Amino acid sequence: MRFALLIYESPEGFKMRSSDGTDSYTGAWRAYHRSLVEAGIYVGGDPLQVPETGTTVRIKDGKRHVQDGPFADTKENLGGFAILEVPSLDIALDWAARCPAASIGAVEVRPLATDTKDRIVG
Amino acid sequence: MSGEALEDTQRTIERVARESYGRLVAYLSTHTRDVAAAEDALSEALLVALRVWPRDGLPQNPEAWLLTAARRSIIDLIRHQRVVSESEPTLLLLKEGSTEMNSATDFPDDRLKLLFVCAHPAIDPAMHTPLMLQTVLGLDAARIAGAFLVSPKTMGQRLVRAKTKIRDAGIQFEIPDKRELPGRLEAVLEAIYAGFGIGWDDMAGTDQRGRDLTEEAIWLARVLLELIPDEPEARGLLALMLYCEARRSARRGADHEYIPLSEQDPRQWSFPLIDEAEKHLAAAFHSGRPGRFQLEAAIQSAHAERARSGRTDWAAISAFYQQLIRISPTLGRRTGYAAALAEANGPQAGLAVLNAIESDAVSSYQPYWAVRAHLLQQLGKTPEALDAYDRAIGLTEDPAVREFLLKRRG
Repeated sequence: MRFALLIYESPEGFKMRSSDGTDSYTGAWRAYHRSLVEAGIYVGGDPLQVPETGTTVRIKDGKRHVQDGPFADTKENLGGFAILEVPSLDIALDWAARCPAASIGAVEVRPLATDTKDRIVG
Repeated sequence: MSGEALEDTQRTIERVARESYGRLVAYLSTHTRDVAAAEDALSEALLVALRVWPRDGLPQNPEAWLLTAARRSIIDLIRHQRVVSESEPTLLLLKEGSTEMNSATDFPDDRLKLLFVCAHPAIDPAMHTPLMLQTVLGLDAARIAGAFLVSPKTMGQRLVRAKTKIRDAGIQFEIPDKRELPGRLEAVLEAIYAGFGIGWDDMAGTDQRGRDLTEEAIWLARVLLELIPDEPEARGLLALMLYCEARRSARRGADHEYIPLSEQDPRQWSFPLIDEAEKHLAAAFHSGRPGRFQLEAAIQSAHAERARSGRTDWAAISAFYQQLIRISPTLGRRTGYAAALAEANGPQAGLAVLNAIESDAVSSYQPYWAVRAHLLQQLGKTPEALDAYDRAIGLTEDPAVREFLLKRRG
């Protein structure tokens, strides 16, 4: 089964983006990524730029609405995602708990909607 | 009723619920063979108690009062379901019980039967511990779910399924006979220890929920020992958990940083707990029937010895691990053996043990990589050590342990 880990990061987590990569948060991420690959369950994923770089578009009553950043002003923001191929939700949750963001932000685990994709892709 | 008296009553209800929950559920479900119905009836009775006791004052025997109320609620439920004919024996059993109940303060303690039911071979082993935590200790599904890292809804469903299975498969509420007892007891002990392990991994006093679960497991082991005082393995299990519990606060430094066992200051260990563990372990050994939990407790006893002698007898610890591996060569034991042997005979000896473990088995087993990294570093094999550190760090859940390994990795 494929699951997405939706990684929500705290402002401190996002601040590390400007580091040269020698900080412990980045080190932890490097090791985590490595473990996912070595366990043979990593399908793909990417970090996202900081929330302030986002632009949100909506069409309302035929009019375009464009807004800076993501919708809500929350403490934690979507900071990246990873797609894993694992036998069960239980195992996906184990990996979510090991994610460095889980101890300073939050990790949401969601199954990919492969049936919906099949209907779309045809 | 004054505010103070009201609080007093609520405290009493909480205390009775906590101390009597398992005994009441065990007694009721032994007679109905329906754990879920017994729990529902007891919850109902507790709600009534919350309403009635503050108004009328505490009953003389709160436990007997709750049992009578719960029994009435089960009888009502059965009548309501209009399955009287099928349930006649249950009704009878419950009624027969009533005469002995109303007068006596003590009713039979059926918790042992309930423990055996929870760890019955027909029940999914993954559900043994959650079932015990819920039925014997009254923990709610959400709390159990958190500890086991599953969603509350899923844990709730799994618990319901397991209880339905107990009822529908006609699992007997009885103590297994002599022939069956050792195997069945092992499942009970395993489940208690699994609960302790989860609480232990949840780490270091910072997580209140984690700390509670180790205490709940120790409580269960004490209950078990009270019921079967002559089983050395049950005593061994209690000793094992007490040794570990004695070191709880020493696992974290002033800044909540992780401190491995070898660097802990023994003065921070709890000596009353260690003493109690020693007594249990000695009594267990005295029976001359060694086993897995006594051996694991013996390893912890050797670690505790450092508080007295200032040194750790790694050769003895290696020997205990060897005996454990002979019983069953689990990944944890082989990794523990490698670490102990490295301390006794040098890192190369430990590494040889690790190299003999098939690589598929360890791809998500953190302790293997942590020990491997440590030994490779000692041997000066830097690139391989860094690799192993990365694997260990990537598999670590506890941020303090992760920080510790990152520092070691350098």
